[in-house]
Amino acid sequence: MSKPKPEIKKEVVPMPKQDPEERTRNFNEVAQGYTVEQVVAEAERCLQCVKAPCVQGCPVEVDIPAFIQLIKEKRFAEAIRKVKEKNSLPAICGRVCPQEEQCQASCTMGKIGDPVSIGRLERFVSDWERERGLQITEKPDTTGKRVAIVGAGPAGLTVAANLAKLGHGVMVFEALHKPGGVLIYGIPEFRLPKKIVEAEAEYIKKLGVTMKMNALIGRLYTIGELLDRFDAAFIGTGAGLPRFMRIPGENLCGVYSANEFLIRVNLMKAYDFPRCDTPIFVGEKVAVIGGGNTAMDSTRCALRLGAKEVKIVYRRSRAEMPTRAEEVENAEEEGVVLEFLTNPRRFIGNERGWVKAMECIRMRLGEPDASGRRRPVPIEGSEFTMDVDTVIIAIGRTPNPIIQQTTKGLQVTKWGTIVTDENGKTSIQGVYAGGDIVTGQATVISAMGAGKKAAKAIHEYLMSKK
Amino acid sequence: MDQILQGLREATNLHEIVTKRELVPQINLFEFSAKETAAKTKPGQFVILRIDENGERIPLTIAGANVEKGTITVVCHEVGKSTKQLGTLKKGDYILDLLGPLGKPAEIEKFGTVLCVGGGVMTAPLHFQAKAFHEAAHKVIGVIGARTESHLIFEDEMRNVCDELYVATDDGTKGYKGLDFLKELLKKTKTDRVIVMGPVVTMKVVSELTRSHGIPTIVNLIPIMVDGMGMCGACRVTVGGKTLFACVDGPDFDGHLVDFEELMSRLKMFTPQEKLAFVLQEERGGNL
Ligand SMILES: Cc1cc2nc3c(=O)[nH]c(=O)nc-3n(C[C@H](O)[C@H](O)[C@H](O)COP(=O)(O)OP(=O)(O)OC[C@H]3O[C@@H](n4cnc5c(N)ncnc54)[C@H](O)[C@@H]3O)c2cc1C
Ligand SMILES: Cc1cc2nc3c(=O)[nH]c(=O)nc-3n(C[C@H](O)[C@H](O)[C@H](O)COP(=O)(O)OP(=O)(O)OC[C@H]3O[C@@H](n4cnc5c(N)ncnc54)[C@H](O)[C@@H]3O)c2cc1C
Ligand code: SF4
Ligand code: SF4
Ligand code: FES
Repeated sequence: MSKPKPEIKKEVVPMPKQDPEERTRNFNEVAQGYTVEQVVAEAERCLQCVKAPCVQGCPVEVDIPAFIQLIKEKRFAEAIRKVKEKNSLPAICGRVCPQEEQCQASCTMGKIGDPVSIGRLERFVSDWERERGLQITEKPDTTGKRVAIVGAGPAGLTVAANLAKLGHGVMVFEALHKPGGVLIYGIPEFRLPKKIVEAEAEYIKKLGVTMKMNALIGRLYTIGELLDRFDAAFIGTGAGLPRFMRIPGENLCGVYSANEFLIRVNLMKAYDFPRCDTPIFVGEKVAVIGGGNTAMDSTRCALRLGAKEVKIVYRRSRAEMPTRAEEVENAEEEGVVLEFLTNPRRFIGNERGWVKAMECIRMRLGEPDASGRRRPVPIEGSEFTMDVDTVIIAIGRTPNPIIQQTTKGLQVTKWGTIVTDENGKTSIQGVYAGGDIVTGQATVISAMGAGKKAAKAIHEYLMSKK
Repeated sequence: MDQILQGLREATNLHEIVTKRELVPQINLFEFSAKETAAKTKPGQFVILRIDENGERIPLTIAGANVEKGTITVVCHEVGKSTKQLGTLKKGDYILDLLGPLGKPAEIEKFGTVLCVGGGVMTAPLHFQAKAFHEAAHKVIGVIGARTESHLIFEDEMRNVCDELYVATDDGTKGYKGLDFLKELLKKTKTDRVIVMGPVVTMKVVSELTRSHGIPTIVNLIPIMVDGMGMCGACRVTVGGKTLFACVDGPDFDGHLVDFEELMSRLKMFTPQEKLAFVLQEERGGNL
């Protein structure tokens, strides 16, 4: 006699969240994580598809049905080990991956209801493990080979972890005083608590990786000098150079790049000023220019720092916003106003050199551009002025240029990204690159995917070399 | 153990204050242990320090490097919370972070006669450059200035590397009163290049003077900075109508092209917050 199949729930188990009213007054994490009951209930929704379309959507190919099955059986320790076979930073990916475009996009459950919330399940098991202390499997034999990693963002950290697990000697050179890249300086505490990034970095150190902070490669050592001391090098320096609008008034006081704003708030903890020494100024009327993750994060930080009115000024419409729907929803719940099809023309200052207003123009959508999105065109005569006392420019970031400028023979594109083959190999023998420095600004998981491929290629290169 | 790796590991440690000397009240000279930085330092570059976990990033121009000892020298003026806190540290104390060298090195080519003008605390890093010019067999004319006689620093050091040295004070307590004498000096001496390090007003005034003589003039800009490696844009300055980042495109720029008004205004961006931090620190009796 066959057991009757339990009814499959169509709706996702909701994520407990801090109340919007409450959370705009603190920097604590908004999404609070599933309980054991909730995680099992959500795992029960997985159909264990044989072809597992979800796995194909994940850039690092986590064995999703297998780890979800283990969650169903409450075998959390094994579940996290299963995830970590493929993903060395799961607590981070579970929080910040654009899952709706990746693993969850093709989930079979999505055809009959909500897709399985793979990210939240991944987050649960990694949090479960961290709360119990990270487990390190036994150390491999050393190969005697040494690799220098430049940049401690998700790309660099992934390469470091993977190579250390294979027994190579790894040293990470990072210019900032903490590892994590955008995870530590850009993405705010309420979306990705710093202690999680620190724990992941700690885990990588326990694998035997040496992390050298405050080392700006290109100035302290060139890539050539690193190659004198190491058998191979990986460049994962990211896209951190802020883009400006090049319109009048952009250098007035009160106009920040999103990176300056976020570095002050996150890396330097300006939200805790004056206990922490780095200051920040946020006025009453804040305009954030742009429509991506960076714009959304700046907006939500500004609200938490006491701004009365925060507007997102975006030149396209909601449909074109390159950010996660969940984050837009969170921002709107928190009271952010979205001004679509609007673009600033110039910033107007007061007599002390501070921004006091912004002249904008309305836009309409024209023909699709190279990116396939409809190009915004200004509507002449629709100019208007908006009063603002703080402006945050979040219109994109381009590759950090120092390595490209100081490395002879390194092939780069006209956009400043480093040219590599599909395994991350650059034009210089023994030098690999991956993440935003190769693709331009992308995602955490794609940077990790690139890191994984590069680690594999570096390993092969090292082992083939005498 | 592999020696290089071992060496690099040691360098990840805290940075010790090897020497601390008060030059004049509120201006201290520090020598920090920073082996790798020392080996790479060239005149014109700077470091960013952080005292402790809650500290802000303090940019300071390198005033000297000793490769054998593995140390770098900076001279710091106490102007606010963080620089004051640095001033409370003693020989043998440690700071948490030291990043550098940062910025492009100064151009030390054979230019002929070089006029080096230093104001206030920046006279110390200027000396590092003047010395390099001197060693490259230039004729070096030095001008050092301060608010008043008791604030003058690095006079003897400058005298050692300059063919001629002039002293100026704002109040005339020593040497010339103000910088007006430079007009005469520029008329009577053929000068091929001018370097100015000091307060924004000094750089502005000197640049205006040299403009009519058509003498290339290099100013060392120190806008507000955060990361110091090109990622935040806090340090943006307008030079020849273009926005540049002082930390990676500079800190040296053509003084005839710099928008000094904008720089002065941007330097005041956080003044209310800085004052608050300072007052709170004073209330705690300077104990941090
Ligand atoms: C505000 C913000 C929010 C984001 N939100 C999301 C999100 O929700 N989900 C998502 O998937 N992606 C998000 N992204 C994008 C994602 O963070 C990046 O794609 C990813 O971090 C790229 O990783 P990376 O390792 O290539 O570079 P990075 O994370 O940029 O790390 C590069 C590291 O290299 C260091 N470095 C640079 N130059 C040097 C040098 N010369 N020497 C030594 N070190 C150097 C830098 O200091 C940095 O630590 C966001 C980005 C930003 C800015
Ligand atoms: C490249 C560079 C090199 C420098 N070299 C020296 C040096 O050799 N010796 C020295 O005494 N000082 C130097 N400075 C200035 C020094 O960094 C600041 O005085 C210091 O950061 C002020 O910190 P505070 O908390 O004590 O004062 P705050 O209370 O923060 O500020 C006091 C004043 O200092 C200015 N200031 C604040 N923060 C910065 C900042 N990050 N960068 C520049 N100015 C700032 C403000 O305009 C303010 O008026 C340099 C600055 C830069 C950018
Ligand atoms: S790593 Fe990202 S894409 Fe892959 S399964 Fe996890 S959440 Fe999905
Ligand atoms: S596609 Fe969805 S339902 Fe199917 S195995 Fe993957 S997560 Fe489970
Ligand atoms: S200090 Fe951040 S870009 Fe120069």
